[in-house]
Amino acid sequence: MADNKDVTITVNGGGSGAGLSQVAEGTVQIGNSDVFAEEKLKDADAEKAKSLVDHQVAVVSIAAVANKDVGVDNLTKAQLVDIFTGKVTNWKDVGGKDQKIVLVNRPASSGTRATFEKFALGTKSEDLSGSITEDASGTVRKLVSETPGAIGYLALSYLDDSIQALKYEGVEPKAENVADGKYPVWAYEHMYTKGEPQGAVKAFLDYMLSDEIQKKDVTDLGYIPVGDMKIKRDVEGNVSNK
Amino acid sequence: MNLTHTRPSADVIDKSEQGKFPKHKLEELRGRGYVIFCVLLLIVIMFSIVYFIASRGLTPFLSQGVSIGNMLGGLKWAPEADSPTFGALPFLFGSFSTSLLAAVIAAPLGICAAIFMTEMMPKVGKNILQPAIELLAGVPSVVYGFVGLSVIVPFLRDIFPGQGVGILAGAIVLSVMILPTITTVATDALRSLPAGLKEGSYALGATRWQTISRLVIPTTLPSLMTGVVLGIARAFGEALAVQMVIGNAPHIPHSLTESAATLTSIITLSMGNTTSGSLHNNALWSLALILLIMTFLFVFIVRLLERRVKRA
Repeated sequence: MADNKDVTITVNGGGSGAGLSQVAEGTVQIGNSDVFAEEKLKDADAEKAKSLVDHQVAVVSIAAVANKDVGVDNLTKAQLVDIFTGKVTNWKDVGGKDQKIVLVNRPASSGTRATFEKFALGTKSEDLSGSITEDASGTVRKLVSETPGAIGYLALSYLDDSIQALKYEGVEPKAENVADGKYPVWAYEHMYTKGEPQGAVKAFLDYMLSDEIQKKDVTDLGYIPVGDMKIKRDVEGNVSNK
Repeated sequence: MNLTHTRPSADVIDKSEQGKFPKHKLEELRGRGYVIFCVLLLIVIMFSIVYFIASRGLTPFLSQGVSIGNMLGGLKWAPEADSPTFGALPFLFGSFSTSLLAAVIAAPLGICAAIFMTEMMPKVGKNILQPAIELLAGVPSVVYGFVGLSVIVPFLRDIFPGQGVGILAGAIVLSVMILPTITTVATDALRSLPAGLKEGSYALGATRWQTISRLVIPTTLPSLMTGVVLGIARAFGEALAVQMVIGNAPHIPHSLTESAATLTSIITLSMGNTTSGSLHNNALWSLALILLIMTFLFVFIVRLLERRVKRA
């Protein structure tokens, strides 16, 4: 910031929709989102999505996490689907302890949930009776770590020792596995602009993609630099080699 | 000398003021204009808020094919499903049950505190208890929520079946939050009771407890109820603290310690994640409209109670 005194950057918080709405309306210059604009701005708003230009600056990967005492460290896709659709309600049915499963979900509108459903479950899930729904990752982590039998999902940047990250189909959720396409539960972190970026906005986006940010801050915060990705994915979810 | 000097100067003022308003009338007009301007601004702000919420909140019913009956009576809230449904009954149930339960917990505490402060130990009450209770009103709701999540939820999880989150946790947090409202209104009501009434009761040989239970409480009951209803209204509108401890599952729970949701918690949870103009977003505005209508109802009940106070 000290190098560019004439430019001010104001950061506003908001959920997965706020940034997209505001950049489409022209209220802000850059709208951040963890989903493709085409997925959020649908139907009547589809036109708005067309005016936006996508800049993918990082990749966020999401891991299923569970309370440390459930006795399970790996779940298959089918098992996850059974758990999140309420077909399996006890850890012993997926090879763990005799312990009731408590779901800690995200609200239906959440980008994290959308990513988890799309790439880990492959299907939309319903909010089940008795499940807990929290939007904030910190609250999810707290609840999963304290509630016996709890399962939820968190971005890799939120993982710590209070919870255990579950392997997905035997693959450990970590940056290297995401980069070479072994671990499929991830999404791009997008910065959208209305039309092609110009001037300071363009300079800022270039800065975001520079090594200074990508190699240091992005990695430090638990995200994966886009440059490290050996694969790429389009709006429809088709994966191809770079 | 002075007299002769002031007279002509007074004449001069009179002459210059001819055809204009006298100074005091101008001041009067300025003051009145300022007050009217503020009031008009207030009315405009109020009506624009109502208009804004109503225009957004009615859109799902008017042009997006959601029926009012389905929203008020529906049990399934699946806003992002392929064929979305917007049943808000679980949230109405959650809002009513948490705020009523909170009032059931807080009303006896608040009213007893008020009796203690006015009838029993006014000095201790005024110097210690009242400031302590007023302090509760100043604690931000996120702090209540965090304390609830860190203390009350684990505590309930240990003694009751379930995950600790739910209506009971929400009601306990809310009861502390609405305690100041109930206590303050009750204290004012008890203080304004004419001393003659109580003196008459004591003169007839009634004990202090008899005076309190047979005379003070029945006479001030409508005012005490006003405090309770104001408390319920506050609890009904509280969002953040409740959202952190209630669990937010869009279902009517089977027990007090099973995850539930309120109108406010679902709005705060989802508003930021939806894009403005989308059906999901507008449906959240419909919930806000329901909240607004409920608030009007509470204000109406308070008005009714106040009328009873005046008649008595």
